[in-house]
Amino acid sequence: MAEENRRNNNKIVLQTQKLTKIFGGLTAVSNFDSQVHEGEICSLIGPNGAGKTTVFNVVTGIYKPEEGHVVFNGEDITGRKPHQIVSCGIARTFQNIRLFPNMTCLENIMAGQHCRGSAGVWGAIFRTSHQQKEEQHVRKEAESRILQVGLWESRDELAKNIAYGSQRMLEIARALATNPRLLVLDEPSSGLNSRETEDLMEFLKGLVKEEDVTILLIEHDMNVVMGISDWVIVMDEGRKIAEGLPEEIYNNHRVIEAYLGSDDEESEYDTTSYR
Amino acid sequence: MEHTKTIGYDRFFGLKQSTLFIVLGVFFIYPFIVNNYYIDVAFFFGIYALLGLSLNIVLGEVGLFDLGHAGFYAIGAYTTAILNTKFGIPILVLLPVSALAAGFFAYIVCSPIIHLRGDYLCIVTIGIGEIVRIALINNPFDLTGGPNGVFGIDFPSLGSLFVIDSSIKYYFLIWIVVALSIFGLIRLQQSRIGRAWNCIREDEVAAGSSGIDVRYYKLLAFVLGAALAGIAGNLYASKLMCVSPESFTFWESCLMFCIVLIGGMGSIPGVLIGAAFISLFPEIFRPFAMYRMLVFGTVMILMMMFRPGGVWPRKRGGVEFKSILARIGRKDG
Repeated sequence: MAEENRRNNNKIVLQTQKLTKIFGGLTAVSNFDSQVHEGEICSLIGPNGAGKTTVFNVVTGIYKPEEGHVVFNGEDITGRKPHQIVSCGIARTFQNIRLFPNMTCLENIMAGQHCRGSAGVWGAIFRTSHQQKEEQHVRKEAESRILQVGLWESRDELAKNIAYGSQRMLEIARALATNPRLLVLDEPSSGLNSRETEDLMEFLKGLVKEEDVTILLIEHDMNVVMGISDWVIVMDEGRKIAEGLPEEIYNNHRVIEAYLGSDDEESEYDTTSYR
Repeated sequence: MEHTKTIGYDRFFGLKQSTLFIVLGVFFIYPFIVNNYYIDVAFFFGIYALLGLSLNIVLGEVGLFDLGHAGFYAIGAYTTAILNTKFGIPILVLLPVSALAAGFFAYIVCSPIIHLRGDYLCIVTIGIGEIVRIALINNPFDLTGGPNGVFGIDFPSLGSLFVIDSSIKYYFLIWIVVALSIFGLIRLQQSRIGRAWNCIREDEVAAGSSGIDVRYYKLLAFVLGAALAGIAGNLYASKLMCVSPESFTFWESCLMFCIVLIGGMGSIPGVLIGAAFISLFPEIFRPFAMYRMLVFGTVMILMMMFRPGGVWPRKRGGVEFKSILARIGRKDG
């Protein structure tokens, strides 16, 4: 309960209010309420098809919700376009890595800086002093980000040629290059080996500590969820079924039911992949 | 291509400076040692280079399949032809006007279709190109002269002192325009706009989620591409002194498409090679005109099999600039 109070003292960064998203006849997300507080790592978990990624896509503007609102820093950002949401300060990564494969690692990160610049065609062709200053700044930011994720050596390699684990980090670096307040990570540890996962956890913890960043992540690896989360939200069939501290969630019978199925119904989900 | 020094790189297109000077030398000497016919061949090489560069913005940089580019080319050519013959406005004044007209036209017609992807966009742009051509044939408001087109277009001139009226002057005019375009396009490639374009080509969703306004940059590419095609149209119209709808057929769009594909998407030297191939090839193989298409098709198939990235694909890397944090990197080992 004390933990609960501490949480409530922090400002709410992201809030979804009665979010509903329908695809044809399928209600992917229904009446989803949630709050993410400043400076925390919040995990969104749930079985496959629970609607987690849909929530992410609505928050980051890829989908428009049928009902409900997304409020970021007190501002209603429902229905804005992805690039507008990025400039508000929400950056994301994807479940299946989406880099710019034929561009160098550094260029990938520089893309993240795009929304913080303003130089246009005129500036580019005539190399105005404003444009050059901006370009220097973009490069400096991108280079410090690439150092931060430890990919300095591969900065001039094409993104498609680096190792899978490095691609994950590169994608996170690109998101960070947009100077986000909220970082939204969709299964950051999927496809990583246990050592890479450890490194990732350390990296994320350090990030929240050192920078003014809040993290919202979808995760299937319970070690990660329990290891780094300050708060856990559980979804099943488009609804929120529980939320709380990691320990509370770990012992919550509704959550266990959602994952393993209750006694009277056969397990619908492949449970082996969650541990 | 005299601007090499102003860009200030040791290497240009990855060529050594000495190689570049030889190319420039040949370029200056060429029109003085061949007859008018071959100067004209080089002029049309220039026109195709310009068209290739213009389509390269849309197709090469952003990856939008535009098979109606001849439509924008036609708008530029007809703007020049009509305004010059009806109102007597000088050709060189019409150069930016044609660019604006084609760019504006692209903005109007592409705004509603810009969200289409891949083949869908391709089909719609074919439609745009064909509609422009058919509209020109139908002679709207008695402006375009129907199938005969518009003729009696002036030479470009600066007052009455300097009139561009010979093949050799046209040769220099077109190549100066090409050189300026290359200069501008290289700078665009190396700016945040060029990077945004490439990001959209690589992954549209990821580009949007990295903060790039996908719609704006796609439209910008179309408008700039069309404007450059409009400039090519202007020069083409004044060179031929007449324009007619049959110069702007679907085949012309296909040729531009081939230029970009042969050279390598997004590669400026590649476009020049592609344009050379498309414009010089028929001249060289004139005796075998019957088999031209056969050879052309075979070459395209072989290209797709053995060099799908084009003859001269764009190389990426950090050579373009000195790293600001290089010192830190060295410290890290």
